[in-house]
Amino acid sequence: MALEEYKGVYVFAQQVDNKVENIALELIGKGKALAKDLGTEVVAMLLGENIGDQAEVLAAHGADKVIVVDHPYLKDYMTEPYTQAIAAIIREFKPDIVLFGATAIGRDLAPCVAATVHTGLTADCTKLDIGDFPINPIPGREQLHNQLLMTRPAFGGNTIATIAIPDFRPQMATVRPGVMQKLPADPNAKAEIVNFDAKLEKNDRFVEILDVVKKVSEYVDIQDAKILISGGRGMQNKENYEKILRPLANLLGGQVSSSRAGVDGFGIPKELQVGQTGKPVRPKLYMACGISGAIQHLAGMEESDLIIAINKDETAPIFEVADYGIVGDLFQIVPALTKLVEQELAKKKEM
Amino acid sequence: MKIVVCIKQVPDTAGGVKFNPDGTLDRSAMLAIMNPDDKAGLEAALRLKDEYGAEVTVLTMGLPKADSILREAMAMGADNAILVTDRVLGGADTWATSQTLAGAIRNLDYDMIITGRQAIDGDTAQVGPQLSVHLGLPLVSYTQNLKIEDGYVIAERLFDDRHHVLKVKMPCLLTALSELNEPRYMTPGGIFDAFKAPVTVWGRKDLKDTLDSDLGKVGSPTQIAKASDKVRKGAGTLHVAEDGSEGAEYILAKLKEKFII
Repeated sequence: MALEEYKGVYVFAQQVDNKVENIALELIGKGKALAKDLGTEVVAMLLGENIGDQAEVLAAHGADKVIVVDHPYLKDYMTEPYTQAIAAIIREFKPDIVLFGATAIGRDLAPCVAATVHTGLTADCTKLDIGDFPINPIPGREQLHNQLLMTRPAFGGNTIATIAIPDFRPQMATVRPGVMQKLPADPNAKAEIVNFDAKLEKNDRFVEILDVVKKVSEYVDIQDAKILISGGRGMQNKENYEKILRPLANLLGGQVSSSRAGVDGFGIPKELQVGQTGKPVRPKLYMACGISGAIQHLAGMEESDLIIAINKDETAPIFEVADYGIVGDLFQIVPALTKLVEQELAKKKEM
Repeated sequence: MKIVVCIKQVPDTAGGVKFNPDGTLDRSAMLAIMNPDDKAGLEAALRLKDEYGAEVTVLTMGLPKADSILREAMAMGADNAILVTDRVLGGADTWATSQTLAGAIRNLDYDMIITGRQAIDGDTAQVGPQLSVHLGLPLVSYTQNLKIEDGYVIAERLFDDRHHVLKVKMPCLLTALSELNEPRYMTPGGIFDAFKAPVTVWGRKDLKDTLDSDLGKVGSPTQIAKASDKVRKGAGTLHVAEDGSEGAEYILAKLKEKFII
């Protein structure tokens, strides 16, 4: 079948506990822009058991069509039935582009789907565009138009590569959460709903889920925080995170996070770790306190809108990405700043 | 029980990254190490060997110099080592790499395959899952805690806010995170033996049921359109604080300027 017969931008609408996750809406937002460039539609693929009501959420955020696969095998995420269902949709509807979130689920599912339908997959993309491949014309070689150009960091964020999949369809990518913008909800928006029977079959790749153990977290997801006050080795111990950083974070309506040094050295919970082996974040303000800035850490926070770093060591690599670097003692500066911010907010209240 | 552990030689990013004069990465100047997630996978296999008895085979695809990580693995306790190396396998993306590994593994008897979750150079985390598809094996990604009960693997699969406890039939494929365990050191005797031990070397012709069109650069669906070193955001302003309150005043002014407060 000719490649140009593949049409539409499809996104995997990841749901957990029958609730569509934010990443699905971000993918629809980006998918909408790509679909506009291609003159096509954005289609959400919604998998689960008794999941139909979530189609409204996807429609409100811009999906033109929602393909629903409703099946008991799809209640909790399992690699094989989910792979079968997405592969069946691809074979039936022949999408041009298929996007997944670069979440734990998306990065398990997408490679299995790509291997099943034999196409290319680009991991953890931070930028997607429609363009030509090769990007610049090469004599004697056809330049293809309307290709998906997928940009991703590699090598711990030291290099950046743009990838294309010129000879296979669909073009597939996983997309880093928090990078694409979701569209504001329009409660009047309607989508075409298609109920699809993926003809799921049990096979050797099925596993049995004995138990689902949810982590009860006392923390707000640092990827959702608009402001992060982050500590590192210079914090000296876990108590100082609460004593020094927490009050400022609370005042600013933000969260406390940590570098790996704080997790490994002081027992800060892993889920608060920013960086390549923790979570990539992109808040409005990232304040790095006593963080030297290992390359893996920088890769996880350098996209933040505003970066302020406090460190005693003026040669700390964190200063290479900071908008404002302050050489000084965080134990003096942060409490003083907290007091100033408190006064400032009180003043504002009076006005 | 027979376990195959797939490992990869990668440049060590922890020791700093070196660049060539033209701005590309200078891989030869960086220390080549066993990928950390793969090492955790090997450790998991060696613990199963300690507990239940197992024959552990390490497998890598790479340049001839990848021999060194195979010997390191044997010095840690692996029983056999296989190096798949061939010019036609170069430039492979995850589809072609997983096809190559599948072609090699089809020659072997196994109950379990373990791969690292991802390599620190490519960061794709795709080869393990794709290998499981090519071999038709059940997949457990992000494995933490692992035991064998009544011939089944009981494994915890870690997701963002939860984990699933899975019961999995063997043969199966698991991917390991470096957080899974603390890999053991090589033993002096192990090092001595490992440098005398034979490493099996396979080329293209040794890959079973594999098409040329699925291998190397020609067999890779993804193609690089552009690659460059990341242009880091330029450093901003560096301010040496006179004391705590002066530093705080400085930051407050910036927060107001940027409408944070």
